[in-house]
Order: sequence, then C-alpha cells, then structure tokens
Amino acid sequence: MRPARGSSWLVVLLGAAYFILPLVATLQFSLQTGTRPLFSAYSSILTASGFWASLGLSLFMALAAVAIGLLLIIPAAYWAYLRAPKVRTWVEFLSILPFVVPPIVLVFGMVGLYGNGFGPLSSPMVLILAAYGVISMPYLFRSIDNGLRSVDLRTLTQAALSLGAGWPVILLRIVLPNLRTAILGGAFLVFALIMGEYAISSMLGFNTFGVYMLLTGQTRAHAAAALALISFALVWVFVGFMHAVNRGNITFGPGAR
Amino acid sequence: MTGINTPSARHRRRTGRLDWIWFVPFFGFTLLFLVIPTIGLIIGSLTGGHPRVTLKYLAQLSQPQFLDAYRTSIALSAATALGAGLVGILLAWAAIGGGLPKALRPLLMTFSGVASNFAGIPLAFAFTASLGPVGMITVLLQQATGYNLYHHGFSLFNFWGLAITYLYFQIPLMVLLITPALETLGRWSEAAASLGASRWQYWTRVALPILRIPLAGALLVLFGNSFGAYATAYALTSGMINLIPILIGQEMTGNVLFSPGLGDALAVGMVVVMSVVFGLYLLMNRKGGRWAQ
Repeated sequence: MRPARGSSWLVVLLGAAYFILPLVATLQFSLQTGTRPLFSAYSSILTASGFWASLGLSLFMALAAVAIGLLLIIPAAYWAYLRAPKVRTWVEFLSILPFVVPPIVLVFGMVGLYGNGFGPLSSPMVLILAAYGVISMPYLFRSIDNGLRSVDLRTLTQAALSLGAGWPVILLRIVLPNLRTAILGGAFLVFALIMGEYAISSMLGFNTFGVYMLLTGQTRAHAAAALALISFALVWVFVGFMHAVNRGNITFGPGAR
Repeated sequence: MTGINTPSARHRRRTGRLDWIWFVPFFGFTLLFLVIPTIGLIIGSLTGGHPRVTLKYLAQLSQPQFLDAYRTSIALSAATALGAGLVGILLAWAAIGGGLPKALRPLLMTFSGVASNFAGIPLAFAFTASLGPVGMITVLLQQATGYNLYHHGFSLFNFWGLAITYLYFQIPLMVLLITPALETLGRWSEAAASLGASRWQYWTRVALPILRIPLAGALLVLFGNSFGAYATAYALTSGMINLIPILIGQEMTGNVLFSPGLGDALAVGMVVVMSVVFGLYLLMNRKGGRWAQ
C-alpha cells in the first residue's frame, strides 16, 4: 500500500530539481557580471538607496497590516468565541471573504468608490493600509481561531474574572500571552505576503519592495536576479519563523500573488 | 439561580449591553473596506455610474476579447490546479510513506511553506533566469543537445510558460494542503492490509473515497490561488497576456479605457467565479468534516 522506495526517490529528486534549478539559475545569473567583481550585482543593490527605502516602506506596511489585522480580529474573535457563538459564524465568514475578492479587484473597488471626494478615505495611504488589513484577515483569523480553541480561553477568562481581574488585565495578561504563538504564526505569514506584494501598491502608486523589484527588472537584469534571491531569503526567514513558533499548524490560502 | 452572584455572572449583566462594542471595529472595517467596495463594483456593473440599471455591461463580457480572457484565466487556473494537484500528491505521498529518510519530511514542509509564498515579481525573475530565451536551462540545453526550446514553439511568456511558473507556488501549496489527509491514510492502509485487501481494493474502496473530498477541496483552493494572481503574470508577460486580472490592471492604470461599467463588470465576474469556487470549497469542507475526526 506504500510507494516503492525507488520511485519515491525519483519523485522527490525530480521535484527537488524543479524547485532548486530556478534558484541556481537566478544565482548564476546574478553572478554573471562580466568584467566587474563577482558580487557587484549584490553590492549595487545593497548600496542603492531605493532598495533600502522600498524595503523600509514594505516593512512598515507589513507591520501596519499585522497591527491593523490583530486589532480588528482579536477582540472580535475572542468575544465571539467567549460570549456570542452566533456572531462567530459572521466573524469567520467576513474574515475569509477576502479570499473571494482578489487583491487586484479589492484595490479596483476601493479606488473606484473612495478614490476621490471621500476626505481622509481618499488618501492612498489610508487605502493601502486598509487593503493590507483586509488581506491579512483570513490568515490572522485562522491562526487566532485555532489559538483560541487550543488553550481553552473560556475557562481561563472565567478563572480570571472570579479572581477579580478587569478586562484590560484579562486582555493583556491572559488573552495575549496565551495567543502568542497563534499571533506570531499568523503575523509571519502576513509578513511574507506583504513584503512581496505588488498589485495593490503599484495601483496606489507606492514604491514598495515589490514595485522596486519590478522597476529594477526593467533596467538592470542582473541586479533583479540578485533581488529575487534576497526576496527568497526574506520569505524563508519569515516562513521559517512561522514554522518555528507554529509547529504543524499550517495556515494557507490565496494571497498576494 | 445560585450562580447569579458569582463575579462572572455579575460581570455579564454589567457588560451585557455593551457586548457589541467588541465587534464594532471589525464589522465597521470589513463593511467599509471589503463589503461596500464589492457592492460598489456590483452596482457599478449594473449602472455604469448612471442612475438607470442595465444589463448591458455584464452582457458586454460576452465579447470575444473578454470571453477569451475569462477562458484563459480559467484554463490557466484549472491546468495549474490539476498539474500541481497531481505532482503535489505524488511528492507528499513519496515523502510520507516512501521509506525515505525521516529528515526529509520537515524539510519538505518548510520548503513548501517558503515556495508557496515565493510568488509575484521575484518568481518571474527566477524563471526568466532559468527558462527565458537566454536562461540557464535554455542555454545549457542548447549547448548540450543543440535543441533550442524557443525554436520549437516554447515560450516562457505565453500560457504554458506561465503555467510552468505558477506550478512553483501551486505544487508546494498542494503539498501543504494534502499532507494532513495523506497522513490519516496510514491507519486505513494497515486496517485494509490486515483484512486482506488487495492493492487495487485498497485504492478503489478505501483510499480514494477517503481522499476524494480533501482532494477536491485542495484543488479548489489551488484554482482560486491561481485565478486571482496578478503580479507573476504581469511581470512575466509585461501585461501582454489576456487574463482577467491583467485587464483590470490595465483599466486601472489607464492603459486601456473601458467604460466604467465594463471595468466593474469584469471585476464582478472574477468575484462570481471566486465565489463559486469558494462556495464549493466550503461545501467540501462540511462534507469532509466527518472524516477529519
């Protein structure tokens, strides 16, 4: 009933070839620098001010998306779980709804509606942070919902209440510490998504890391290859962190492709 | 009611009326930035910004250019979902039950987590460096065998090139999605073997019926994952492929000007396709719940 060992090796080796060859090719291309020093593509990237500015902007966006998503999801998910199971269905439905509205459609709808004449809502910064907040919701909800179930926060809350703790104390000293792994797991995934996001930021005119990568690719192919590998390493770091804090608990779904 | 004076009961009475406050930020935000913009698109597709409701914009979707875009988007999503479904399940199966070193599994899972998130612009660069006209694989293949992919109809920048590239995030996603279901299969395999089932009986009577629902669910997620993708296709083809997300992007950047209602109708069409896919997925999940115990 199990696959033969030889064919398993074959499948895994073929798979490894498909996944490793593009990385090798990118590395080789990024090192093809002709007469210039071997790592000149990398040093030209790392010394370009646009690189650090765009990386900083994307980092800020990712942090903001996680913060917005958490501020929205934690109170709603926690309270629904604790007191209003009927509302939970709605929270879950709305949290997963962004899967149905692809990022390009989301930004199209937002700009069409709020693009001008809506005061602060028309500001691109508000729109991009809102869009990233929306994108982060499915991932954060799944993660936090799993977290809420696995630590039995209902009993812990009852215990805290019966010992006389107020709600601020409960949130800060009971809920957040117990949800720490869930929060971190979801947050790193959102980080990986937002750091490379392109559709929304390009439409709203932000020079994020994704947009910077595309612009670099149009003029400097070798530097672009170096950027692709740097980006891969970044994703590896975030997903690695996610796996480390969140063993065996995989969150998935369509994101900012 | 003896419990009425416990602190939690007292608290409940005191805060009961304010319960909704906990939900205001969440529901307010999703309404403002997700639900209302989507409803705005639907209204736009039915009115084009005029006060009268008309089906003319939605009907325009049947024009050859848009029909072709939907067809290409759906075909690309279906092809990559099926391809990744097949390869992903083989990979996961080989890694779980193929007698390979134990260390391989966590490596496969972590790598799948990374690769399923390695999409968009950098992925397009990586594949251009590999399979582009002067990519490493293209060049090495020509040097070794004299066979030039690009002289024989292959291009990275058309439908199949895009499909091969999408597989880079689709296959790992399949591995992540199907591994839990494959893991439960081990027990069933032992049970079937101890009852004397043949390999054929095991597959047709046990494994496939168990896997059917998680498999269908995973394929739907893969389809949706590819259907909404924009950045990879845009970076790889410079926006020269007729996909729905690309058309919407062109409309937004002003590269082409559809009437406002038509742009909205294109977007609504995407949401409709995604809703059907997602609805089916939820249905599968509910059915599959029985087996997940």
